[in-house]
Amino acid sequence: MSEAQTSEAGGYNFAYLDEQTKRMIRRAILKAVAIPGYQVPFASREMPLPYGWGTGGIQVTASIIGRDDTLKVIDQGADDTTNAVSIRRFFARTTGVETTEHTAEASIVQTRHRIPETPLREDQIIVYQVPIPEPLRWIEPREAETRKMHALAEYGPMYVRLYEDIAQYGRVTTAYDYPVLVNGRYLMKPSPIPKFDNPKMDMNPALQLFGAGREKRIYAVPPFTSVKSLDFADHPFAVEQWDQRCAICGAGDSFLDEVITDDRGGRMFVCSDTDYCQSRQPAKAAE
Amino acid sequence: MSALSLADVTPFEPEAPLLNVTGLGKNFGERVACRDVSFELWPGEVLGVVGESGSGKTTLLNCLSARLEPDSGRIEYRMRDGRVADLFELSEPVRRLLMRTEWGFVHQNPRDGLRLGLSAGANIGERLMAVGARHYGDIREAATDWLAKVEIDIERVDDTPLTFSGGMQQRLQIARNLVSHPRLVFMDEPTGGLDVSVQARLLDLLRGLCDELGLAAIVVTHDLSVARLLAHRLIVMRGGAIVETGLTDQVLDDPQHPYSQLLVSSMPQ
Repeated sequence: MSEAQTSEAGGYNFAYLDEQTKRMIRRAILKAVAIPGYQVPFASREMPLPYGWGTGGIQVTASIIGRDDTLKVIDQGADDTTNAVSIRRFFARTTGVETTEHTAEASIVQTRHRIPETPLREDQIIVYQVPIPEPLRWIEPREAETRKMHALAEYGPMYVRLYEDIAQYGRVTTAYDYPVLVNGRYLMKPSPIPKFDNPKMDMNPALQLFGAGREKRIYAVPPFTSVKSLDFADHPFAVEQWDQRCAICGAGDSFLDEVITDDRGGRMFVCSDTDYCQSRQPAKAAE
Repeated sequence: MSALSLADVTPFEPEAPLLNVTGLGKNFGERVACRDVSFELWPGEVLGVVGESGSGKTTLLNCLSARLEPDSGRIEYRMRDGRVADLFELSEPVRRLLMRTEWGFVHQNPRDGLRLGLSAGANIGERLMAVGARHYGDIREAATDWLAKVEIDIERVDDTPLTFSGGMQQRLQIARNLVSHPRLVFMDEPTGGLDVSVQARLLDLLRGLCDELGLAAIVVTHDLSVARLLAHRLIVMRGGAIVETGLTDQVLDDPQHPYSQLLVSSMPQ
């Protein structure tokens, strides 16, 4: 990364951020990797995108990306939504690296709200955009107190919330951003991915990095680290299931979006991961 | 009545005090809240702290329960494993664990001691989950058990305390504290703000639970009739200092200090 950092989009440094900032962020990332699930504060910068558009994830990606990398950006699983397109173009212009829509070809995947269906490999890094990194925030508003709770592993109140859900609705109703315990120690918010994706984080061979720009926190799950979704012994964690298959590719094992097709109640279920769906279509055609 | 035979049937032999307080003092700036307070509390004993408003009772209770750090003096607590430790020399994690497991704190206003947004069951189960209970069915069973023990209809287990009457809220707060089988409970005016008949039932319940569980308790109250019903021993405080201490009946029937005499004589008969 120390080669002359000229920009493809004249005047800007490689990957937009200056080298000192990238170093600072890499130091935070190293610390985060060393303490799985622990939220490391960092001096988040103003980015040329509004907060909530993935400024944390962009800063993480900008500080780890090199000229040989291939970048994939997804938003809700799709490569062609506004957020994904904007961020992909941002990095294409400020780094000149190759971009791809195929999970298997990417070395870095920046994501909002999904983990790709195609299993990740050891040589890949997945960067999550995180809106609210603190899992205890809605239970304990004081930052000093939540840090103390993390330090002492006092996670009882989180279970109180699960208890309330089961008592009121008969099951845990949290469907996304479902809290996990990383490496048996730190409670972590996995960013707003559906709980369908939670099992994919467990023992994943890829490095998982999480950046929250507005909240100025970075955390990480190193490769092959245990990530356990919270549950009760008699109410085990379970993922969503559909009684339909993807209407386009026929997949029965992927996360499905419900798409409304007309104003007369017409609807279809399709894969939220567009790359996965497309990669299966030749297979379906061959059948 | 022989004291000897009574000692023989006692289920435990308290060989050492649970809490040993020496020379406790707490100032708020120039104002003295507590001054040179010393006493011992033995396992299974209920100690009443009485005195007028502003006499330092609540400050004393807050210091004892490690919610407020005293300016001087020592508070030694004998833990379950028999070790004796100065409360403020313990590390914070240990102190927080003590608060959740071996101690309880019943607030005067139940709204301070309850989580109003959570159901009654969750309020009771919170302490269990804080010490690692991870079985929903067990937690719920403990919650309904305790609701029954404090005479709340178990149908109300999923209702929030906001829908409870004042007396029910106070009983729920007690259940929430006792579910983890603490050894020592601090109570700050547990019957304050309740009407007389509810007070009487609550006192009855508290006395029964203290006896049944062998709880040690420190009960702060300005109400001498509460003290007479609950406490084995009394401390009379005035201006932040102890002016008289002794067995409850002894202090109430034969007060020695002029202030205690005044207090007792002002008690409606």
